[in-house]
Amino acid sequence: MPEKIISKFFDIPNSHTVEVYEQHGGYQTIRRVLKEMTPDQVTQEVIKSNLRGLGGAGFPTGRKWSFIPKDNPKPKYLVVNADESEPGTFKDRYVIDHYTHGLLEGIMIAAYAIGAHKAFIYIRGEYVRQAERLVEQIKAARKKGYLGKKIFGSDYELEVVVHRGAGAYICGEETALLESLEGKKGWPRMKPPFPAIEGAFRCPTIVNNVETIAYVPTIIERGGEWFAKLGTERNGGVRFFSVSGHVKKPGVYELPMGTPLREIIFEHAGGMKNGAKLKAVVPGGSSAPILTADEIDVKMDFDSLAAIGSMLGSAGVIVMDETTCIVRALYVVTRFYHHESCGQCTPCREGTGWADKILHRILEGRGRPEDVDNLVTIANNIFGNTICPLGDAAAWPIQSYVKKFRDEFEYHCRERKCNIH
Amino acid sequence: MSVEFSAAARKKFDEIVNQYPQRQAAMLPVLYLAEKEFGHVSPEVEVYVASLLQVPPVKVHEVMTFYTLIARQPRGKYHFQVCRGLSCDLGGCENILKHLSERLGIKPGETSADLKFTITEVECLASCETAPMMQLNEDYIDNLSEKKIDEIVEKLKNGKVMK
Ligand SMILES: Cc1cc2nc3c(=O)[nH]c(=O)nc-3n(C[C@H](O)[C@H](O)[C@H](O)COP(=O)(O)O)c2cc1C
Ligand code: SF4
Ligand code: FES
Repeated sequence: MPEKIISKFFDIPNSHTVEVYEQHGGYQTIRRVLKEMTPDQVTQEVIKSNLRGLGGAGFPTGRKWSFIPKDNPKPKYLVVNADESEPGTFKDRYVIDHYTHGLLEGIMIAAYAIGAHKAFIYIRGEYVRQAERLVEQIKAARKKGYLGKKIFGSDYELEVVVHRGAGAYICGEETALLESLEGKKGWPRMKPPFPAIEGAFRCPTIVNNVETIAYVPTIIERGGEWFAKLGTERNGGVRFFSVSGHVKKPGVYELPMGTPLREIIFEHAGGMKNGAKLKAVVPGGSSAPILTADEIDVKMDFDSLAAIGSMLGSAGVIVMDETTCIVRALYVVTRFYHHESCGQCTPCREGTGWADKILHRILEGRGRPEDVDNLVTIANNIFGNTICPLGDAAAWPIQSYVKKFRDEFEYHCRERKCNIH
Repeated sequence: MSVEFSAAARKKFDEIVNQYPQRQAAMLPVLYLAEKEFGHVSPEVEVYVASLLQVPPVKVHEVMTFYTLIARQPRGKYHFQVCRGLSCDLGGCENILKHLSERLGIKPGETSADLKFTITEVECLASCETAPMMQLNEDYIDNLSEKKIDEIVEKLKNGKVMK
């Protein structure tokens, strides 16, 4: 079995408390960092680790940190993305629930590396219990002198603020998140400027996912090279795979980057429920292009999935068996993107609406033969023509579901009924 | 009715505002506070929050109409938010929603006349491993079945508090 880094805390009672975290070696790394390392050295170690953003885009984390301007006198901010709203993804919830202080230690190290004295955790509004836990544990850390002024007796100071979102998927996108944090509606910004130059409150800001930050203490403790070696080339370390759908053991699995999808489904997640046959898998959250049962020997890392035209994204693995109607699955996904489009760009706002309507019509037995091609045309027109990647995220499922399961779409439109149910 | 925070809420408001480098950033936490204080955020409350944050009322209205979680109308004492995301759909959430709706006698999006129950269909709640699932007020309720729905509804109708 591969080594469990964060998930070993999931089985320890009260692992979310300062005491238990410290009993297992917690808060030793930040002490050493503050005494012995410069911010630059921390960033260099993270670069060496090949840690890539685990929120979805997979951008190399250390490199992102290095974009923070050194000569800018404005305050710097660290913003932790705990919006966790890509359908099929639920790992950050486990990290917050059970590795609360590991996340906080990661925040301390990352904030120190980029020169921030304030960090915000932007958490989805529905995570009421997780927000409460964070607030309570931040208080506990503060009481011990681990947050606030002169942390661990050093000259470094840091405050962490928990900020609750209010139910909008788009606020997971980093610039929409920053708008939301500033008290506005979550409309994504045009990039550039990138947040590292002009982010929260027009100041240099690093936005990182919860899980990304949570690996930082271990990387610094055991070294960037050690972490890099756990994964594949240019895809460092391990990560969480959130597995749901028609498997025997849905849940989160912390595994090396590059673990074959087949192994994740058939070994870790226990194989197919009720012994049914596998039909399709979405490998990286609902926006990732769908894979057929023949494509599951792919290695689950950013580059291998990109090479076969899909993406690792947030590593939300959604498994569908032979009883699944692919047309309905696409309808559910498209309805989501339509509902969550912020409405700023016409191709996304209108395109997702049309596609939603067409799919609904097809499912109700009112499909027309030309609907199949129309769906693809709509998706192609959204793709690449929008401010933020939600447009692409809506287009990928349409393009890939229709391409790989065209027969089913045509059957629905021709026979005006479902080939499955 | 004039809208104003209690002394305790006012104190909380000051604490919240102090956490941010800009006053407007306190928008969402203050709206949550207002929801708790007044039950829901009516147009009058929007104006009040705007005055506290020193922004034009339209800025608050924009936020209230963009996000879905903060109540703009009175909601039932028990708010069922049933997930309709892909994994929950694969797990049969459609039947769960239908069953709940029949048991409570209200459709998704509706609140019962006695203000006891509201049903809302929501997008993925990031608990797909326990599909089909829902959020009942603050808490997630996992692995729903029609039987489980019956038990919950029975308890709530008899006035028993959940959890
Ligand atoms: C529509 C959309 C939704 C997103 N949702 C999330 C999310 O819920 N959580 C997250 O960490 N990143 C999300 N992202 C990615 C963020 O924009 C950003 O890349 C990420 O937070 C950076 O952190 P990382 O480099 O550590 O992954 C989303 C992106 C898009 C386009
Ligand atoms: S692509 Fe869609 S969600 Fe993104 S900014 Fe444009 S309209 Fe908004
Ligand atoms: S689809 Fe229902 S919790 Fe994710």
